[in-house]
Amino acid sequence: MVRSLLIRGMLVGLLAGVLAFAFAYAFGEPQVQHAIDFEDLMAAKAGAAHEHALISRGTQRTVGLLIGTVAMGVALGGMFALVFAYAYGRVGSFGVRATSALLALAAYVTITLVPFTKYPASPPSVGNADTIDRRTLLFFAMIAITVLAAIAAGRVRREYAERLGPWNAAIAAGAVFVLVVAAAQLILPAVHETPAGFPADVLYRFRLASLGISATLWLTIGLAFGATAERLVAAQPGRARARRAGAAA
Amino acid sequence: MSEAVAERNAGVVEGPIASPRELMPYAIFAGVVLMMLVYFVGAEEGALSLIGGSSVHELVHDARHLLGFPCH
Ligand SMILES: [Zn+2]
Repeated sequence: MVRSLLIRGMLVGLLAGVLAFAFAYAFGEPQVQHAIDFEDLMAAKAGAAHEHALISRGTQRTVGLLIGTVAMGVALGGMFALVFAYAYGRVGSFGVRATSALLALAAYVTITLVPFTKYPASPPSVGNADTIDRRTLLFFAMIAITVLAAIAAGRVRREYAERLGPWNAAIAAGAVFVLVVAAAQLILPAVHETPAGFPADVLYRFRLASLGISATLWLTIGLAFGATAERLVAAQPGRARARRAGAAA
Repeated sequence: MSEAVAERNAGVVEGPIASPRELMPYAIFAGVVLMMLVYFVGAEEGALSLIGGSSVHELVHDARHLLGFPCH
């Protein structure tokens, strides 16, 4: 069961990666090119020698982008399948497709959207090469904190559902999530590395495209995995037996 | 699916589909392999560099920026 779910998750991730590539190529690449043009202009003004790339821009924005989004899709799809295998039947009493869709929505919010409000995606030339270690660490720390805050909030909701009622328990859970995330955002250091003169429109459109690419990934994973896993779960021998037992009772 | 989980959920349509014991090996091995994939797209040639040179980094460079990972 787990093995079949994992394989399906990775295949669905592959599809998600291809769709994310299409979105990224259409909406993201023009902004990447504007950013690289800006970088080249600044380098030329400073009189620096033109940096020769190992891999041509043409390859980077086509094959390279596709390899990157597909690798990411497969990785996220596979991990998603494992989380689904654990969460289904344990977190709430949703059906297969609803569990998959809600998990993907939660993943998008906690892995992409909320961390983005602290450390947003940035195009080439926005970001100092010397601080990359620190920024990478902070980026993953923010994701980890947000995911853990969401898990804690989920526990609060279930724990207090009886005592406070489902509505108030959900409000309490939301408050826990917001408080933890807000505290993390205040404590973690800010990153201000946009070079002077960088076009604000390019930055805005790049970030919007980035959010769209991640949305494409998670939307595809959430919906396609739910559809394929539903057949698998329904065909499970143990489940059929459970259903017969239920019918007999 | 383990018998224990099947027994516990007999008569209930919605129930866990995998016991933690079944999940553990997959979570460990697949988790590590898949995290390596994320690493090569999002963090090679930054905080760490596992493969000499920067060809992997350059090949997936656009995806790295567009997927929101920190870069130069
Ligand atoms: Zn870069």
